[in-house]
Amino acid sequence: MKIKNIIITFVSAIAILFSTSVVSLAKVVGDKIILGAAISLTGKYSSNGVHTQNGYNMAVDRINSMGGVKVGGKTYMFDIIYYDDESNPKRAAQLAERLISQDGVEFMLGPYSSGLTKAIAPVTEKYGVPMVEANGASRSLFTKGYKYLFAVLAPANLYLDVAIRTAVELNGGKGVRIAQAFEQDAFSQDVRLGILDAAKETGSKIIIDDKLPKELNDMAATLAKVKATKPDVLVVSGHTKGALTAIRQIAEMKVDVPMLAMTHCDAAKLSKQHGANSQYALCASQWHKTLTYKDDFFTDGMTYDADFTKEFGYAPPYQAAESSAALLVFKDAFERAGSFDQKKVRDALAATNMQTFYGNIKFAEGGQNVDKPMVLFQVMCDDAGKCENKVVAPLKWASAELIHPIPKWSDR
Amino acid sequence: MDFLIFQVPMLTVQAVLDGLLLGILFALIAYGMALQWGVMNIINIAQGDLVILGGYIAYFMYLYGIHPAWGVIVSPIIMYFVGVIIYKLVINKVVDRDLFISILATFGISILFMQLMNFAFGADVVLANSGYGTTMLFDNSVTLPNSKIFSAFISIVFAIGLVIYMKKSKLGRAIRATAQNARAAKILGVDTEKVYAATFGINAALCGVAGALISITFTIHPYMGLPYTIRSFMIVIVAGLGNLPGVAMSGMGLGVFEEFADYILGTEFRIGSVFLLLVLILVYRRFKLSKKREYLK
Repeated sequence: MKIKNIIITFVSAIAILFSTSVVSLAKVVGDKIILGAAISLTGKYSSNGVHTQNGYNMAVDRINSMGGVKVGGKTYMFDIIYYDDESNPKRAAQLAERLISQDGVEFMLGPYSSGLTKAIAPVTEKYGVPMVEANGASRSLFTKGYKYLFAVLAPANLYLDVAIRTAVELNGGKGVRIAQAFEQDAFSQDVRLGILDAAKETGSKIIIDDKLPKELNDMAATLAKVKATKPDVLVVSGHTKGALTAIRQIAEMKVDVPMLAMTHCDAAKLSKQHGANSQYALCASQWHKTLTYKDDFFTDGMTYDADFTKEFGYAPPYQAAESSAALLVFKDAFERAGSFDQKKVRDALAATNMQTFYGNIKFAEGGQNVDKPMVLFQVMCDDAGKCENKVVAPLKWASAELIHPIPKWSDR
Repeated sequence: MDFLIFQVPMLTVQAVLDGLLLGILFALIAYGMALQWGVMNIINIAQGDLVILGGYIAYFMYLYGIHPAWGVIVSPIIMYFVGVIIYKLVINKVVDRDLFISILATFGISILFMQLMNFAFGADVVLANSGYGTTMLFDNSVTLPNSKIFSAFISIVFAIGLVIYMKKSKLGRAIRATAQNARAAKILGVDTEKVYAATFGINAALCGVAGALISITFTIHPYMGLPYTIRSFMIVIVAGLGNLPGVAMSGMGLGVFEEFADYILGTEFRIGSVFLLLVLILVYRRFKLSKKREYLK
């Protein structure tokens, strides 16, 4: 009897909890537009997860304080429900279900990383929930025919494309010899595909093509091969681990290559952790504060950088900037749609054509942003050992001239 | 292209030297595992996580302006107490139980440590710079980072120190006695509880030294412990319990094996090849054992 009572109490408590949450949290409550996001606040992506969340929050505060979103003559404020996906794709998919079917969220913001976005996209697609994401660049996200997925960032295969083309240009238009090492994850392998395409188009040759394991912390073998074969370009992509390990061991093994191109340099705080050893590394970036894009909310990159640093106590990596841009896209789409109908908002998103402080945004059929090229910066250090990232390509935004070839270790 | 190593002879020298230096470091971690496995019959899945925690101690010293090499002294001292505390809280409850229970318990500790480190230190990959420079051999065609040489040297010093300690000191003798026969040792007045705590502490201290060396040589990250656990498990399996020269040899052998696997099969199969070797050795042992039995029949 006693057990029966406990079970009844338990079941009714859960039922009450569910019913209240569904009633209290619909898509638009009063003057609030509630967006949902599953973000990695713990687990291995937690640092970038926090950058993403800070980027979202910064934009929400800014848009709300500057008059909010005007839909159908009424003003609305943004609000976000966050859940921690623990850097786990399965958990992220569960949370997306929960946000949509229990919390009643009708518009979503993306999580951090391609892997987690891949886990969530089928869920948002199933429910027809428009999702603007800012941190999933894997090409495979945009080839599945998703209709409700929009990414403000350039796809992964374009990350280091510029580096290869620049190397070929500096080589008098002749193909170059490329050594590459990529981690075995969706993102890095897409960067690799981009390099393969660029190599094919420019007549370049891949002479080393290593795949790095997830638990990578030693690439001495790859670098010894690079030393022996003397390629024109060395390309490394393996998130922050790859960037840090490569720079440490290139310096220790005194590997001389004319050009070193990488991803995740600013997330790895390369110049802080390695100082002058990281000098001359070329890094792919979605955004840099010196780019001259403008908008009404954050003015430009420099202002965004200053405001973000003031608010959160550290300079914004591109992961934060692109996350802020996602909110600007949503605001613009809501206002153009003039309604909260998911189909209308989706169509408005698809027709987006705007400039933000982060770059131009215009979505292709697959949902990727095709109007914003990647930039390359080079780590440059002064004699005192203070290092700075300076944009060197594309030429339109270059704030410094590319140093090429990299001076030999014996001359440094 | 995969067989570049056979076209450029200097790469073979590089691979062997890199492998040996790396292997000595692995052997130190495996040494700790062999010790507590032999004495307490516990397979410590959290071994690699203790290593990473030791690495963070050296990293924080580096962050506060102390040279990370001092980590090889500070880290084992702190880690000894961490080890003793883990023993008092968890291990002493599973020490006489089934091996499976101890694997589960240390697996739990491993997950807990990963999450706590992630919570406390963040998910960023970090490293400590020693600024030790590089040794060039054979007209600059073979390069050895001095940090790797330093790591191997310190590992050897600690390993020899421990061998002497185990032979000469009272606690060392008590540990060896307990390993041979815990019940008999108890009857003869050895406080086995204390011996177990000290053994686990010594193991954690060795992990602390190795961790400090890894933060100087490679990178550390809260979730990077497992490969170190697997490698030390592998080394102990090959060498057998209580066979210290065997641990050193099999450690170095594994280091060289990994380097060659990297050159020949590709970096992506590096850890995979360690697993494959482990399976092969276990199958071989089983095969040998079954033959022996037949003979006895």
